[in-house]
Amino acid sequence: MLNKEMNLREDVFEGKEKAPTRNGFGKGAVEAGRADPRVVVLSADLAESTRADAFQKEFPERFIEVGVAEQNMATVASGMAVYGKIPFITSYATFSPGRNWEQIRTTIAINNVPVKVCGMHAGLQTGPDGATHQALEDIALMRAMPNMIVISPCDAEEGRKATLAAAKNSLPTYLRFARDKTPVMTTPETPFEIGRAQVFWKSKNPGVVVFATGPLLHNALLAARELEEKGTGTAVVNVHTIKPLDKETIVSLAREAGSAVTVEEHQITGGLGGAIAEVLARECPTPIEFVGVQDKFGQSGEPKELLEFYGLGVSHVTEAIKKALARK
Amino acid sequence: MTITDEEIRQIGLHANSIRQTIIRMLVAAGSGHTAGPLGMADIFAALYFHVLKHDPKNPDWSARDRLFLSNGHIAPVLYATMAHSGYFPLEECLTLRRFGSRLQGHPERELLPGLESTSGPLGSGISQAAGYAYAARMDGKKFRVYCATSDGEHDEGNSWEGAMFASAKKLGNLTQVIDRNFIQIDGNTEDVMPLEPFGDKYRAFGWHVIDIDGNDIRQFVSACEEAKTVTDKPTLIHARTTPGKGIKSIENDYLWHGKPPSKEEAVAFLSELEATREKLLK
Repeated sequence: MLNKEMNLREDVFEGKEKAPTRNGFGKGAVEAGRADPRVVVLSADLAESTRADAFQKEFPERFIEVGVAEQNMATVASGMAVYGKIPFITSYATFSPGRNWEQIRTTIAINNVPVKVCGMHAGLQTGPDGATHQALEDIALMRAMPNMIVISPCDAEEGRKATLAAAKNSLPTYLRFARDKTPVMTTPETPFEIGRAQVFWKSKNPGVVVFATGPLLHNALLAARELEEKGTGTAVVNVHTIKPLDKETIVSLAREAGSAVTVEEHQITGGLGGAIAEVLARECPTPIEFVGVQDKFGQSGEPKELLEFYGLGVSHVTEAIKKALARK
Repeated sequence: MTITDEEIRQIGLHANSIRQTIIRMLVAAGSGHTAGPLGMADIFAALYFHVLKHDPKNPDWSARDRLFLSNGHIAPVLYATMAHSGYFPLEECLTLRRFGSRLQGHPERELLPGLESTSGPLGSGISQAAGYAYAARMDGKKFRVYCATSDGEHDEGNSWEGAMFASAKKLGNLTQVIDRNFIQIDGNTEDVMPLEPFGDKYRAFGWHVIDIDGNDIRQFVSACEEAKTVTDKPTLIHARTTPGKGIKSIENDYLWHGKPPSKEEAVAFLSELEATREKLLK
């Protein structure tokens, strides 16, 4: 059953209210800008698409257009952060942190300055744009980088909260956002703290714990409800922060359930699944099934058909849960 | 501001000391770059002993001018100059590239007070300095931002992205000084990847360009003064330098870009520099 302490939307399963997580960034950036004059937003010729335009409208003097130049955007932001600003750099995740990874590593992460790298259009649900624009490796890229915080919000409301939290954390931070409208599951009353995983669903005797990140969390919840009706108990955890990982919560639930499934719109290599496997292999060896993209690039298509084709639908989560259970 | 002959002679002496320290550092480290640091010793001496507003005893002084070193591999000249101007003890220079040293092979801002940036991977410094200058202008700060770059790193697209940005934003508080020494690791810059007409490229990008002999201290100081008068665009001091300057046998030899002298070579180099010093003192 749903964890009441999380104050999720009553219609969380129906998913009637939909919004892209990038909208949360747009709102969060404006709120962060109001709260702190040091906040600035940089755009690489994608202001509308990244929702940076919301900030641009309210704070034109704190909005910096750099043109189609993601390497420049990262390094200009580094200089601004060394000065004392809190820059959010915005583009598609395939370009930032894809194209400018080394600049982020050297001038932001080694330099240890609080630039917020906001990667939009992450995941397959970028849709018709095709493989070149569907970032499926960005979590791995950023997770391997010392000093970097990695956050992957599950919905627009959480995206707003994550943006606000990142503005305050004084650290290099990656925020992952998506293009397509996806169900809003959380409410303004849902707690959010960087580094703290959240149990959204827990059956009485969970035999599997499902760790999910990003909008696919909704599929995990639907699978959990379906299986509980059929007598299979699970727990579903929102792992919005992939680094630092909430080891305590993850290990404790894996120990209680005895098997695990990870769900993410990312390659199974190096993303959430990799992070969970690293922790559990050390702390609590547990059978794990990985729902994610299986070492393939995406392609053009409608989000829903892409999720089905690449094995990220509700039925795939259900199957993974059954497999994990069978391996106990 | 005019500069006197005596001031120039003093800066020349500092540059000579810096060159000697560079040789000692490189021999102690057993690796590192020789030609670039020697070629830039006059400019760094002029920066730290005349041009920059700074306080070695208070490296975080908020009104200081900022110097970003983009081509981090010439760190020995930066470290040696900082030591000679009082940021840290001269002996510490001999820890260059050693485990636990604050003098990393390429500069790391967090480790050593007085460094404005972390650099090494090429082509990123102009953008960092421009970002800093942009932020400072937002807040009405009066200090200047300097950025030292190399010619070879202008093979990197990021350099030109930064050049476009600084020009587009009319960063009159930014001065770039390019070490135009015509060498890079694989050979002469014009053979590896031609950069000429370098100054004209920057002019076309909207920069104010001043062409100088980068080993002429008077010309460099005068260019820095001129840059301050140009408030609506960034300035490039296009400094033609001699790589390996001060050691006749290695000057302009690209093979000295990325290697240190041996102990025997160092003895000869140091005595050559000492002879130059004697002449300056006469």
